[in-house]
Amino acid sequence: MTQHHASDETYLSIDNLWKAFGSFLALKDITLAVKNGEFVCFLGPSGCGKTTLLRAIAGLDLQTKGTVMQGGKDVSNLPPSERDFGIVFQSYALFPNLTIEKNIAFGLENTGRGKAEITARVAELLDLVGLPEQGKKYPAQLSGGQQQRIALARAIATNPGLLLLDEPLSALDAKVRVHLRHEIKELQRKLGVTTVMVTHDQEEALAMADRIVVMNHGVIEQVGSPTEIYREPANLFVADFIGEMNQITSMVTKGGRLSVGEKTFACHEHSFSDGTPVVAAIRPEDIIPHEEGYDADDPNRNCIDVLLHEMEFLGSFWRCRLRNERFGASELIADFSINAVRRLRLGEGRQMVIELPTDRLMAFDRPEAS
Amino acid sequence: MAGISDATQMPAGPVVKGKLSRDDILMRGGMMVIALYLIITLALPLYAMLSKSFSTYRVELSQYEFQISDDAGVFDGTILNAEVLNQQTGAIDPAELNTGSDGRLPVTGLFPDFSFRSPVMYQVRNTSDEGRFLVGSTLQDGTDWVTLDSNTFRRVQLRPVKATGFDNFINYFSTPALFNSIKNSLWIAVVSTIVTVTLAFWFAYALNRSCMRYKGVFRLIAMAPILVPSLLPGIALVYLFGNQGIAKELLFGASIYGPIGIVIGSIFFTFPHAFMIISTALAISDARLYEAAASLRATRWRTFWTVTIPGARYGLISAAFVVFNLVITDFGLPKVIGGQFNVLAVDIYKQVIGQQNFEMGAVVSVVLVIPAIFAFAIDRLVQSKQVALLSARSVPYQPQPNQRTDLISFIYCAFVGLFIVGILAICQYAALIKFWPYDLSLSLNNYQFDKMDGGGWASYYNSIKLGLFTAVFGTAIVFFGAYLVEKTNGFRTGRALFQMFAMLPMAIPGMVLGLAYIFFFNSPSNPLNAIYGTMAILVICSVTHFYTVSHLTAVTALKQMDREFESVSASLKQPTMKLFSRVTVPVCLPSVLDISIYLFVNAMTTVSAVVFLYSPKTSLASIAVLNMDDAGDIAPAAAMGMMIFYTNAVARIIHLLVSKGVLVRTQAWRTR
Ligand SMILES: Nc1ncnc2c1ncn2[C@@H]1O[C@H](COP(=O)(O)OP(=O)(O)OP(=O)(O)O)[C@@H](O)[C@H]1O
Ligand SMILES: [Mg+2]
Repeated sequence: MTQHHASDETYLSIDNLWKAFGSFLALKDITLAVKNGEFVCFLGPSGCGKTTLLRAIAGLDLQTKGTVMQGGKDVSNLPPSERDFGIVFQSYALFPNLTIEKNIAFGLENTGRGKAEITARVAELLDLVGLPEQGKKYPAQLSGGQQQRIALARAIATNPGLLLLDEPLSALDAKVRVHLRHEIKELQRKLGVTTVMVTHDQEEALAMADRIVVMNHGVIEQVGSPTEIYREPANLFVADFIGEMNQITSMVTKGGRLSVGEKTFACHEHSFSDGTPVVAAIRPEDIIPHEEGYDADDPNRNCIDVLLHEMEFLGSFWRCRLRNERFGASELIADFSINAVRRLRLGEGRQMVIELPTDRLMAFDRPEAS
Repeated sequence: MAGISDATQMPAGPVVKGKLSRDDILMRGGMMVIALYLIITLALPLYAMLSKSFSTYRVELSQYEFQISDDAGVFDGTILNAEVLNQQTGAIDPAELNTGSDGRLPVTGLFPDFSFRSPVMYQVRNTSDEGRFLVGSTLQDGTDWVTLDSNTFRRVQLRPVKATGFDNFINYFSTPALFNSIKNSLWIAVVSTIVTVTLAFWFAYALNRSCMRYKGVFRLIAMAPILVPSLLPGIALVYLFGNQGIAKELLFGASIYGPIGIVIGSIFFTFPHAFMIISTALAISDARLYEAAASLRATRWRTFWTVTIPGARYGLISAAFVVFNLVITDFGLPKVIGGQFNVLAVDIYKQVIGQQNFEMGAVVSVVLVIPAIFAFAIDRLVQSKQVALLSARSVPYQPQPNQRTDLISFIYCAFVGLFIVGILAICQYAALIKFWPYDLSLSLNNYQFDKMDGGGWASYYNSIKLGLFTAVFGTAIVFFGAYLVEKTNGFRTGRALFQMFAMLPMAIPGMVLGLAYIFFFNSPSNPLNAIYGTMAILVICSVTHFYTVSHLTAVTALKQMDREFESVSASLKQPTMKLFSRVTVPVCLPSVLDISIYLFVNAMTTVSAVVFLYSPKTSLASIAVLNMDDAGDIAPAAAMGMMIFYTNAVARIIHLLVSKGVLVRTQAWRTR
């Protein structure tokens, strides 16, 4: 089998797509392009419209406005049976009264394939998903993870150009989930099939996707690679939804610096003008710990002294809650490596200095009070 | 802000219109075909009946004019109006002018000097285009004079004109003999409902809440009445308490022919329905409530009123309305044992079959439909609440052995069981007796149906045929219809309409449906007229009559299927009908079988729906019971009734075996 990689040519493109349920807008002006062979995840909180968008792509629930192009062809108003995709649902939707083999063979029948060819293809697919011995069993006799793989095998049996997965892993327990997400990713890479997966599990999205589409309230907040999304969130929603983020109420002052109380900080470049109320944000693991007395007043270094109020050991690092009257009642959360804690002899109740690295301190629009 | 969702944000312009796939078109088409079936077999007949009830027929005397010649046959030009003539002679009672669609009024009475031997000639004409009269059997609807000799003039008959209005209803409500039946019907239905629901509640309570023995046997016995026509208990009661009854004295001079007989018989045939509903309601109540009550040291009495009854209330209400509906719409039982006590369902029969007054039959039908629809609506409302309770259920109640409770429960159930088995046993015994009560030796004489009125053994075979056809075609139509309405994409209005049509049959009493069929299918202008009097119309009528329950069973089964099967199948580019036959039907097979046995048993026992529709060639066993009883051949009627019972019992056993076999063979996937 040849190795495919995401190429630059667009395979699936969605333009100005809207979906209304009565007067409620579930999707608002969605525009998105997915490249050939790419693995894209729709990520967002429950009810944000991920499934709705996926079903519009599949033609299962047509969009109200807008177009969907697949493989250079306008499929906007085609029924599912005239589009080219395989789909796996959260419930797997395996046919309970058919054996695993027959389930996988279901889509191979009436396609001009001979009996022997179908049998061979089914065996190949069973091999591919790592369940070569299970063909004669019924779905109810398999574990959830195994059923999941069968559903996947059935979906890719006819070599569809597009694979759609709606929360395929959410019915499984955590261990199986982690295991299967690697397998699915491997399989996708091997087949090179353009894949769209819906999930509300950010870890899953970060681990599997080539690109993540972060959605909220029916709009796309940001599209980008996992690292982009994580390192350069486009707005406070994305910043907050993915990973953890300290948020400090602040104001833009001269030179684009952020003022918190009477202190100002240099920060990552932004386009806000002076006097704009913003939120200063930094991820816990980006905060650098220093000893007490470290040069806290260097205006170029963003250092402040804090009280280490509480520490919690989380296995690979320490989660620390830091206090400084500048931040008011709220605490800063910082993740310090075990090494750093040992080196600096950090402990609860200690005064210390932290540095907020200039390029990791970001400024975002303040959300309107609602 | 992003959170505000308002469709006005959307740009103007056309909405994306989906292209229908071949399957979409097929499914919508299929749904429309079945909807059309329901319209033709339900909506149109009911409409025909409704319009019949508002149709009045009246002979308008002012529309006719006459001339009389002298003895030489010369007319002097004097024109006489029939209305004026009648005012002078008073020959025709004004009440006679109101008549049915077939009304015919002779005119010679208007001419006191008339003699068919006289040489006098007559001329007659209509004054308007609407006027019509017959000369012999020739219809005259022109306004030209028709000249006739005396002998022919004798054969002139005036025909009524059709009008629309409330006259029939006014007529109905001013005839005490008719509208008294409303009171009678309601009275019977209310009393039967109270007694049946009470008896069934304690029976279900004993089976659910005690550890008595033989629960399975009692459950079976409780369901037995479903297998016989509703008029069978009437026959048993005649043997027990009738004029020559063995236990006549127990009534202390009261007559079994009348309300007493109807109520006792109604209890018998409605018992299983009430029992099933209440039993389900009791079975789903939550054990934790009882534990809570026990921990609060509530007395059993208090627990009963604060936990048991509220938990079962929807079941009780639903059972009450179902029983009410069954009793008020039943025809067979009051026909057999009602005596002079008139009820609505029998009135319809009497008006139509006895007096050939179809319009009045239609009026009574409309009157009967009102309480039936009312009871039906309340039942549906309550059932939907019950379902909500059911899905939120938790720990089932486990009764603890208690000698006293168990004994009382057993004695109570034994009494009820004895009542049910007793009724059936009496019928069987009577059927095997030579000549009640004089010669009690056994014989099979009463099974020589061919020697009696009622269609003989042929009617029995007809019934089986009807049962089988109804089961096969009915199940196919109902299940396919339910599938289409459940799984068709979009097409909301169409589906909602279909659901409504599917619910309607339950609200329509059998008598009403049957009468509506006469009006609709027997009309010469109806192209479907050919099926009138055939087995086909009986099958169609039965399928439609029992559509709702079957439909609901199918929908419940289909709702348990994964909603995404159709999506998966479409994504795999497989026809939906392949999915239907390979997955949907096999998975739902137990429900499919349930629907067929339900249809079979009901087609075997129904009287009311088919009593207007059978022909000599298509007489049915249940009708034969009715007709033999009517003719005084009560023992053969009982014998035939029991034949229905045994046939249904065998059918149920076969159904059980087939279901089991099918489960083992095709439902292997159910077991892990
Ligand atoms: N058939 C429908 N009718 C009306 N509203 C709907 C319908 N389907 C979805 N919605 C609404 O559209 C919004 C988006 O739903 P969608 O199922 O796409 O969410 P989701 O992002 O997939 O959420 P989840 O993570 O919970 O699956 C929700 O607010 C939902 O209530
Ligand atoms: Mg979803």
